[in-house]
Amino acid sequence: MTTTQLAGLLPELEVIRADFPILGRTLAGGLPLVYLDSANTSQKPQVVIDTMVDHLERHNANVARAMHQLGAESSEAFEAARDKVAAFIKAPSRDEVIFTKNASEALNLVANTLAWARGDLSIGTGDEIVITEMEHHSNIVPWQLLTERTGATLRWFGLTDDGRLDLSDIDSLITERTKVVSLTWVSNMLGTINPVAEIARRAHEVGALVVVDASQAAPQLPVDVVASGADLLAFTGHKVVGPTGIGVLWGRREVLDQLPPFLGGGEMIETVRMEGSTYAPIPHKFEAGTPPIVEAVGLGAAVDYLSMIGLDAIHRHEQTITTYALEGLATVPGLRVLGPLDAADRGGAIAFEIDGVHPHDVAQVLDSRGVAVRAGHHCAKPAHARFGVQSSTRMSSYLYTTPAEIDALVEALEYTRSYFRLG
Amino acid sequence: MSHDLDSLYQDIILDHAKRRLNSGLREPFEAEVHHVNPTCGDEVTLRLHLDGDVVRDISYDNQGCSISSASASVMTELLIGKTAAENQPVFDAFLEMMRGKGQVEPDEDVLEDAIAFAGAAKLTARIKCALLSWMAYQDALARAQEDSHV
Ligand SMILES: Cc1ncc(COP(=O)(O)O)c(C=O)c1O
Repeated sequence: MTTTQLAGLLPELEVIRADFPILGRTLAGGLPLVYLDSANTSQKPQVVIDTMVDHLERHNANVARAMHQLGAESSEAFEAARDKVAAFIKAPSRDEVIFTKNASEALNLVANTLAWARGDLSIGTGDEIVITEMEHHSNIVPWQLLTERTGATLRWFGLTDDGRLDLSDIDSLITERTKVVSLTWVSNMLGTINPVAEIARRAHEVGALVVVDASQAAPQLPVDVVASGADLLAFTGHKVVGPTGIGVLWGRREVLDQLPPFLGGGEMIETVRMEGSTYAPIPHKFEAGTPPIVEAVGLGAAVDYLSMIGLDAIHRHEQTITTYALEGLATVPGLRVLGPLDAADRGGAIAFEIDGVHPHDVAQVLDSRGVAVRAGHHCAKPAHARFGVQSSTRMSSYLYTTPAEIDALVEALEYTRSYFRLG
Repeated sequence: MSHDLDSLYQDIILDHAKRRLNSGLREPFEAEVHHVNPTCGDEVTLRLHLDGDVVRDISYDNQGCSISSASASVMTELLIGKTAAENQPVFDAFLEMMRGKGQVEPDEDVLEDAIAFAGAAKLTARIKCALLSWMAYQDALARAQEDSHV
């Protein structure tokens, strides 16, 4: 395959692929797996699987409350995972890293505790929350709930026809009434990379808090939480080659200290009396109950794996694959890409529609050829509505994606058109 | 592999998905319902016109894949013009087939063209597509009958 010569691909791509056992399996009919659904969830390298198995086989115990050797080992592994995540996102302090169940829970934690906050952070009638039309439902619904509960108003950035944030009305959107600006760094549907730091600067000028949904950014861009301008930032473990059941909320210490607790229970307290309780300092203040221990340990191994390969190299790989995919998709008659057509400022998720074939049917035919993509609204219904479509087909690549897999996709799309007799 | 595809996308289905019999929203109607498939976002608005116990018209507007479009089309063709009581066994047989994980041998005498969805019944992800308009019909019927009793 001549395409493997593309400049910008990860060197030793075959070695990387060999780290992911699932990529070696075949599907019905003996077809090789072409996994192009990594924005949905990424596959897991052997080291993550082994680390989790080893923890369960040899070190399993509850954390922070078991007074024995296993308890110490388990606590150590769990807290070491926090250190690894802190290093991965360049957090100034490990205590600012809070483990949650996923990105959705992290965003809900922020929106709920803000709704309950008193003092400087309190939100009420007349205050405004600003989001964008390209958010995942996880970064829309919690804010709708917050505004319903507090009487604040929800506003949002619209999108341009080429799938970028329409910043033309930024001055009327971000005002002294704005309390929170919450936006995605990279869109899971359009692929767009947003100018987060620039928007954060404007938000900070009016004293608003900036919440960044980094669910699609953390897998493929080097993240530096301070440079990003975020006050709070969320991502989810299963998209960064880690397991499901674990997510991360990072927040600036001053903000996290000011927010009230989220869930009450074990671990998050300092002392409990029947008359009232005091709370543990961060991060434990926000980690009530037994945490997802082995999942956190797996996430630690995952971010170490990505760091070892290097996020700059991964980003370059994604851009190379995305460029190649955009070129390939452009050759399919009747195919329209939703989102920027220039790979330079987009991530590795490409949503598209094909004239005359519903996305569900596209995905079905692709699946029969071993090509796994996602069809539907990708939890971004408003963004779809903005482009006048109800759903789309989405391919998404990752560090293990090869140009040959993109070729397989394009070929399968041609086959789809002929299957539905579109010529 | 295209053998499996062909058992899902039978000619009857592709044909109905194109023709969409009885589509479009019409007057009069006693009940209108809107159903969505939250996983993929497919939607149908369905109106039911009852004349006594006779289903005089089922009109609908849908956005969906070929399976859900064809299913609405086939359903209206089967159910319009019969009494709700006559339709019940057809409805039940369709539901049984779709929920049977491909293990239920469908009765062509009852289901007619609707047996073409037996292939979709084997695919968990497509069962809801095929059932969407049928569930909307059931809902609309219950509402229309409820209203006529008050
Ligand atoms: C941009 C974005 N935000 C939030 C989420 C939610 O992640 P999770 O479902 O793991 O909470 C996702 C993934 O589905 C996403 O792509």
